[in-house]
Amino acid sequence: MNKYYQPEAECASREQIRAWQDERLVAQVKHVYENVEYYRNLMKEKGVEPGDIKGIDDLPLLPFLTKDDLRECYPYGLLATPLSDCVRIQSTSGTTGKRVVAFYTQADIDLWEDCCARAIVAAGGTKEDVVQVSYGYGLFTGGPGLNGGSHKVGCLTLPLSSGNTERQIQFMTDLGATILCCTPSYAAYLGETIEEKGLKDKLKLKAGIFGAEAWTEEMRRDIENKLGIKAFDIYGLTETSGPGVSFECMEQGGMHINEDHFIPEIINPKTGEVLPYGEKGELVFTSITKKAFPLLRYRTKDICVLNPEPCACGRTLIRMSKPMGRSDDMLIVKGVNVFPSQIETVLLNKGYPANYQIIVSREGYSDVLEVNVEMTPEMFSDSLSRVSVKEKELVEALKAMLGIYAKVRLVAPKTITRSEGKAVRIIDKRNLY
Amino acid sequence: MAVKQISAFVENKPGQLAKFTEVLNNHGIDMRALSLAETEDFGIVRIITDDSYKTACVLKDEGYIFSITPVLAVEIPDTPGGLYKVLSVLKEQGINVEYTYAFTARKQDVAYMIFRVTDNDAAAEILRKNGISLLELDDID
Repeated sequence: MNKYYQPEAECASREQIRAWQDERLVAQVKHVYENVEYYRNLMKEKGVEPGDIKGIDDLPLLPFLTKDDLRECYPYGLLATPLSDCVRIQSTSGTTGKRVVAFYTQADIDLWEDCCARAIVAAGGTKEDVVQVSYGYGLFTGGPGLNGGSHKVGCLTLPLSSGNTERQIQFMTDLGATILCCTPSYAAYLGETIEEKGLKDKLKLKAGIFGAEAWTEEMRRDIENKLGIKAFDIYGLTETSGPGVSFECMEQGGMHINEDHFIPEIINPKTGEVLPYGEKGELVFTSITKKAFPLLRYRTKDICVLNPEPCACGRTLIRMSKPMGRSDDMLIVKGVNVFPSQIETVLLNKGYPANYQIIVSREGYSDVLEVNVEMTPEMFSDSLSRVSVKEKELVEALKAMLGIYAKVRLVAPKTITRSEGKAVRIIDKRNLY
Repeated sequence: MAVKQISAFVENKPGQLAKFTEVLNNHGIDMRALSLAETEDFGIVRIITDDSYKTACVLKDEGYIFSITPVLAVEIPDTPGGLYKVLSVLKEQGINVEYTYAFTARKQDVAYMIFRVTDNDAAAEILRKNGISLLELDDID
């Protein structure tokens, strides 16, 4: 079995990777400067010219791009090739404002699909595998990305897209899917439903590639148990092409960044200063091979850590940690920082489903934090006092984790909206912004 | 000697109890007794029905979370001090009553109460020794 899809890149020497990055960055900066007026102006404002960028050591000279820039440039402002060279667009969900539209040439799609193919092979995929892609197809990058990667590996691809759980399970069992690709919350939901229907024995699944959403190690173990698989994380964003910017290998110890295509940096989100490996900060990506929509120093808002230690899998590509939160996902409740992942950890440790909803509201000038949790058969009893004792234990555990009181509201099973795409975990009624 | 009580989780929201009883009605399930314990957010509906197996199947299909608990259905003489007698007998044996609720049946001059106790067997034995009748489900008709 091949462990790598493109060993010449995935296992290249650090010197070789560095040489590619130097050469490709210089060319990319020139390409962007010549073709993207918006970025050219940003560079001029900073007093930087393409000739100043001689290699990746000069990366910090370049200006950052943020989601705000992308919105301002909607739709064509960052396009770096003639529109006639483009063959596809993908787009973000646009839940936080104006959409981001990303353009692709055929070569851009090829390299994106190569990245996804690397992820599938790293999860044990070969041409013998049956890959069920249950990410949404369409504007969302999840479905098209993994679909393309699966084709490249030569797997039989089941393009289920998201939703219609009954049909998902039917195809999964009837056609013997061996690798499942979807959001982790949907994987957890599928696992739950399969368990309820007693169909686990009918599964042939061995691996899952889950991304596009924050998930914890506890959730990983939960999904692995329910589906009887090894679960792999995958990372990416529409702005940098889609899933496959980085991916996990069999070691499950962080995601290898496809550094021949993307240069990662970690910065202090407040000052923009570049931080050394091992320090926690905001992840920034520079695309060095994409031609139509090549973002330089794009700020992801994902907080994580880069790990340059060699990996036992043999890949030399640097690893990034799972995002530890987003600089815009964090809630400040009663002055305390609350990450949804903390609440999830407590729920899973106490045996509750990972499906929950956090509701923050304000009574007068005081914040109120509520967590809606679905009732489970294990938790239920005919005795009110016994249910109350368990509810109280959960409140105590949340308080220990968060440092503040959260009211727990037990709700009927399956009443919290299931995510067939991205889960709505947080409802902030305070209108703070 | 014990009867099977079914307890189900319902949210404390308008219409939830109506929906629950509608489900039973739709399947022709006859309730013999019902009691509701509630908090601000949710309630536990406890029922005794003519067919506990069918009730459990229906609730499972409808996605309810529920449990089945053996409880005692005790005949209480409809005279002053009737309940007191039952409770004193249980107290003497050190049997704790978690909750209790009353219901009526077609037989006249007696009341019936459901008792959820720590030890059904011990409670049943001591009640019988003291001349207090316990009902099987069929008797409740």
